[in-house]
Amino acid sequence: MINRIMSLARNCKCTNLFGICTAWLVLISIMVSANTLANELERSGAMQSSSHLLRGEYLTRIGNCMGCHTTKGGQPFAGGRRLNTSFGVFVTPNITPDKQMGIGLWSEEDFWQALHHGKSRDGRLLYPAFPYTEYTKVTRQDANAMFAYLQSLPAIAQSNPSSEISFPYQFQPLLTIWRALYFKEGVYVTDSSKSTDWNRGAYLVQGLGHCNACHTTRNALGASQEDALKGGRIMGVNWYAPSLSSRLEAGSSDWTLEEISELLTKGITHRAVASGPMATVIRQSLQYLSQEDAQAMAVYLKSLTGEERKTPGVNFAVMSGSLQRHLDSGGQLYKKYCQSCHGENGEGAPGVYPALAGNRSVLMNSPLNAIRSVLNGGYPATTAGNPQPYGMPPFQQILRDEEVALVVSYIRNAWGNRGRLVTPVDVDLSKG
Amino acid sequence: MMRFIVLIFFGIACVANVHGSSSVIVPDTMDERVKACTICHGAEDEAGRDAYYPRIAGKPQGYLFNQLRNFRDGRRYYQPMNILLENMSDDYLQSIAHHFASLQLPYPAPESFVMQPEEIELAERFIYSGNAQKDVPACSACHGDNLMGIEPAIPGLIGLSRAYITAQLGGWRKGSIIRGQASDCMSEIARQLTDHEADTIAKWLANQPVAGEASPLTALSPELAQRCHHHIQENGGVR
Ligand code: HEC
Ligand code: HEC
Ligand code: HEC
Ligand code: HEC
Ligand code: HEC
Repeated sequence: MINRIMSLARNCKCTNLFGICTAWLVLISIMVSANTLANELERSGAMQSSSHLLRGEYLTRIGNCMGCHTTKGGQPFAGGRRLNTSFGVFVTPNITPDKQMGIGLWSEEDFWQALHHGKSRDGRLLYPAFPYTEYTKVTRQDANAMFAYLQSLPAIAQSNPSSEISFPYQFQPLLTIWRALYFKEGVYVTDSSKSTDWNRGAYLVQGLGHCNACHTTRNALGASQEDALKGGRIMGVNWYAPSLSSRLEAGSSDWTLEEISELLTKGITHRAVASGPMATVIRQSLQYLSQEDAQAMAVYLKSLTGEERKTPGVNFAVMSGSLQRHLDSGGQLYKKYCQSCHGENGEGAPGVYPALAGNRSVLMNSPLNAIRSVLNGGYPATTAGNPQPYGMPPFQQILRDEEVALVVSYIRNAWGNRGRLVTPVDVDLSKG
Repeated sequence: MMRFIVLIFFGIACVANVHGSSSVIVPDTMDERVKACTICHGAEDEAGRDAYYPRIAGKPQGYLFNQLRNFRDGRRYYQPMNILLENMSDDYLQSIAHHFASLQLPYPAPESFVMQPEEIELAERFIYSGNAQKDVPACSACHGDNLMGIEPAIPGLIGLSRAYITAQLGGWRKGSIIRGQASDCMSEIARQLTDHEADTIAKWLANQPVAGEASPLTALSPELAQRCHHHIQENGGVR
């Protein structure tokens, strides 16, 4: 009987008013008219709701909803963050339960419609700057838990400026076409030939974790390419999110599971460090992964293999004298400015200063991130596992563009590293 | 002597380590962790090459913490620092603030701008007496009689360069993104100053040699504490 009532309540379409649902429940309860039953219902409901809320909070973290729906130093989930995309500048909406400014009047069904179908409560099609193209894989149960959590937060009456959507994308029909081409709606489908861990990892990476929102090449329409997780320049941010499948980039097929989950939750391992936008993702979201989920993500990431591209490196056998001098002067700069932390042989200090020898971020074909590190410096994210990280100084104010090009060319070709030489033009393009 | 021993010790450690896997020795200290900061805020002479880098050593901890949080949260803007602080927790910012607050570094020599007697008079009037008409209290009433600041949240005004002081006052007056977005006691005061007054005060301050230390909170009148309660409360009960 309880089950029936619950399922009745669940099935009733709360398109407009929560009240109707509640009224139904009350009515049925009265009809059944057993006090004990009503009490029992309430008790199990309360128990379910506290674990339901905790679950919702956890999932909301892993989806990093707060990261986009909060301005720097602003009220959590009250929106207002500006996102530069190829569709224009989006200002994220308020998703606290405020009735006017937020989603206080939304029902579970409305929320599902946004997360799964990419439609707002009023039926407006949403722009994929909101990664519903990934969130569509999230299950109804998980979506409901997140909704319950969001509705339990304090309502914040913050109104945000409207988005500045570029011509011609403000015409909704174009969005319809875009969706027809690039949006595949549907909850994650378990691959029964794979392990439970693998499936859990795939569900998180492809869905809630929305790794593909950054780790993919985007075409002129801002759509991710078919090939998921193949790496690409992030829209509106001058960083390159490497391929998570190619071993020449950030593929992990030759890493241990422990190492992969250490990188995701702690932000640094003995051979890699997450920087820039990835450090932010780890601070805001991935550091909160449960041990099981981190392990599951690692299993899935490790299984990804892509084609191994050839790097157009320097062929030292035929290296000209001038090229040798070029690299030597980079070496001088390295000795002066970098060696005290990254070591004579680019070996770094485990877990503190990343090794540059054999470092995949340094070796990647795109020198963008390595150049950015030298120009701007940075600190890895503060996480429970690395609460007081060591930092890299910015060199923009000390080295000229030509010198940055020399030293980055050097670290890409010293200690057995091989990578394309970097020019001052590359350095200039890496700014901003 | 002590230094010498430490040096020798270090030397041995270095040599011993060459044969190990890494030539890099990383002391588990805050000094080492903030190398990314001391490249600009360092004690070494080379860091002084750009007069615009403000001194942070020895400033009140609460003040430093507030500034670090402001940079991280986009309320104060200087891109290189915004980037470095982006992914730091409050706890870590507090440790960094504590570290710099407890550093005792020698101060640079004062600058030496030529000032006319009437300029000196104007500067000293604002600094020690204020201007009741403009509702500007004496700078010394908040920044301490010796202008070396008041714990925990008001910084000293001596030991800063003219370029830096002028830029800060300018930021507040013009409501620029550098520092002037939020209205507070200091921005209200700066807005009362004319260009000429601000520049004259900056020159005078930059000319003074450093002497003495920050005063305790009791040096601040309750009325002025109230006026700046935003700054003082935020870290009075240091979070
Ligand atoms: C990458 C940034 C980003 C992330 C991460 C993100 N959102 Fe959003 N979200 C947006 C943007 C931008 C919009 C507005 C889209 C539009 O106006 O077309 C939006 C819209 C929404 C809406 C529709 C609001 C309305 O008024 O129509 C909801 C609901 C929502 N997001 C919930 C979430 C939840 C829940 C999560 C976490 C699972 C999340 N968002 C994560 C950027 C993001
Ligand atoms: C906001 C954009 C963004 C999102 C979302 C994102 N990443 Fe990244 N990621 C980046 C960027 C940029 C880099 C390159 C910087 C670096 O190497 O740390 C990166 C680097 C990485 C690396 C390599 C780190 C190294 O240096 O070796 C891994 C592994 C990774 N991401 C995994 C993930 C996973 C798993 C997810 C989803 C749970 C994810 N990323 C989501 C932007 C993103
Ligand atoms: C004070 C120590 C220190 C010095 C000096 C230093 N670095 Fe770093 N370096 C770091 C730290 C810490 C990181 C990790 C930063 C981060 O996560 O953003 C890093 C990261 C890097 C990265 C990115 C590696 C990765 O895995 O993403 C490159 C490239 C790099 N440094 C090159 C250099 C070069 C070239 C110099 C000299 C011009 C230099 N570093 C000087 C400490 C240092
Ligand atoms: C590239 C040089 C540079 C680096 C690196 C740098 N700073 Fe700064 N810092 C500045 C400049 C310039 C200002 C003044 C900015 C302004 O308000 O115009 C400043 C301001 C400050 C202030 C406020 C001082 C005051 O009196 O109000 C603090 C505190 C501070 N920095 C701490 C740090 C810490 C901690 C780090 C390392 C994590 C750091 N800085 C790294 C250049 C730098
Ligand atoms: C009512 C109290 C009060 C008075 C009077 C006052 N100040 Fe301030 N001042 C402050 C506070 C509080 C701060 C710290 C602001 C912050 O945390 O951003 C400050 C900060 C400053 C700074 C920034 C220092 C740095 O290291 O970045 C300068 C410069 C300054 N004041 C100059 C002046 C001058 C000049 C006068 C007199 C004309 C003056 N102040 C009068 C309270 C006061």
